[in-house]
Amino acid sequence: MTSLPQAGGVRLGLVIDLDICVGCHACAVNCKEWNAGGHAAPLTDSDPYGADPAGVWFNRIHGYEVTNEMGDYGGRTVHFPKSCMHCASPDCVTVCPTGASFKRAEDGIVLVDEAKCIGCKLCSWACPYGAREFDAHEGVMKKCTLCIDRIYNENLEEADRVPACVTTCPVGARHFGDLADPKSEVAQLVADRDGYDLMPELGYQPTNKYLPPRPQPQIGGGVDRLSNDQDTVDPDSKFLQWVDKLFSR
Amino acid sequence: MHPAYSVIYFTVASGAGYGLLFALAVAAVAGLTPDSRLFWLIAALLSLGMITTGLLSSTLHLGHKERAWRALSQWRTSWLSREGVLAVAAYPVALVFFAAELLVPGTALSGAFAVLAAVLAGATVSATAMIYASLKTIPHWHNTWVLPGYLANGVATGFVWLVLLLMLFGPANTAAATVTLAALAVAAWIKRAYWSAVDSSETPVTAETATGLGQFGSVRTLDPPHTQKNYLQHEMGYRVARKHAVKLRRVVWLLAYGLPFVALACTLALAGVLPGVLALIATVSAMTGMLVERWLFFAEARHVVMVYYEGNPAMQTGSESVRD
Repeated sequence: MTSLPQAGGVRLGLVIDLDICVGCHACAVNCKEWNAGGHAAPLTDSDPYGADPAGVWFNRIHGYEVTNEMGDYGGRTVHFPKSCMHCASPDCVTVCPTGASFKRAEDGIVLVDEAKCIGCKLCSWACPYGAREFDAHEGVMKKCTLCIDRIYNENLEEADRVPACVTTCPVGARHFGDLADPKSEVAQLVADRDGYDLMPELGYQPTNKYLPPRPQPQIGGGVDRLSNDQDTVDPDSKFLQWVDKLFSR
Repeated sequence: MHPAYSVIYFTVASGAGYGLLFALAVAAVAGLTPDSRLFWLIAALLSLGMITTGLLSSTLHLGHKERAWRALSQWRTSWLSREGVLAVAAYPVALVFFAAELLVPGTALSGAFAVLAAVLAGATVSATAMIYASLKTIPHWHNTWVLPGYLANGVATGFVWLVLLLMLFGPANTAAATVTLAALAVAAWIKRAYWSAVDSSETPVTAETATGLGQFGSVRTLDPPHTQKNYLQHEMGYRVARKHAVKLRRVVWLLAYGLPFVALACTLALAGVLPGVLALIATVSAMTGMLVERWLFFAEARHVVMVYYEGNPAMQTGSESVRD
């Protein structure tokens, strides 16, 4: 049923830390690996080893540069993973003519019932985040399942019952949990770090949150940290200078 | 947005088909239709033919055509589903309307079904328009002029077809031609208002709000997430170069509205075989113009997701090109 369920008590989603993401694409690769054999399998590729490879992925890692006039974000690179936001107000669900696209009442996860999908692609048009990708080979729409076949999977160790992208992130930039519970670890992170929604002006109320990059120490412009300060270090002692540099970080 | 030919044909043909159904119902109630069974036979074949081939065409792009019946189930929330339900409801009503005009014209039954057919024809075209107008992700479509535009274009092309049909069965009908001229003028005015609105509107979404990084400064795309185009870029990354869009809009003005208007206006002043030829020219021109109009409706529309791939539109000026 494409009518949205009553808002439940649980809203599972991801929190992505843009401060520490290094843009390694491991989350996307492990997502592809797991889901190519999981709930939404197969994730078809076309011409995978040829000149024009293409295929269905649930997670894409963009790269942006942020600059401002003050120069304190001069040329900062931000790696930006993007997947389904499991929105509270998902138009991709309500536009679906068949009921294939649905939002679970119990945890807010947005899924596609591939047996009902007619492949009209309207849901992908209704999504502002580009979270849905059509599988031309299967003739149905595919999307992030929040690894529904991992997070409730009792055959896995409890520590592994998180989405594949979260478990694989080498720097811990991805967090999974219940965003509706203000006491949850993810909700605390969002509160502490001013986590935000993407495209809030469209009103989709995404569940996933992004943690902004922390301010960078100024290098070059402003105060020169290597300049000789009268009351700091003996300029003749290389060792003390090294210690000073080490502790000044 | 990628202009899929099946969807362009579907919206133009079903628009004209339902428009003709509407025009026929109005003409029947107003007593403008000839006392001829052949007229109604041809009218029914033409109207239902355009509707049927249009609807069939709309299923061509589906990944699973055999499941198309499922699309009738979610009418509570989905305009696509509502369109399907209304199309299915309009079909038997149109059949009864045509049967009544063939067998028992001028009765309460034919009159009642004429009104019902006209209402359902308008409702179905409205649902088609709302599929597009309801998408917040495509600012060119999420626009107040989209619904009136689809209705006006459907009515105008429907009446153009009606004038041509009437001419096969008698002298030029001044009332029908006058209504058609008015319908063309209204449709052209709405199209002008639409283009004026989309040209002056600002995109609600920027690279800064899309990434949330606007709080730190301006955002430009640096590394694309993949080397080759993905589904999103093929489906939603289509853009028509601005210089071509300007020319194509002129083609729409000329073919969809201008030429049919002038040709039909001339039929009012001429006699003999010439009005029939002019009506044929008007019909071919209007339908061709509508195909271009619909192509532009898709090709000019930019999906907000493209901001993740291309950054802010302003940063793209000068590098615009025709894409596939």
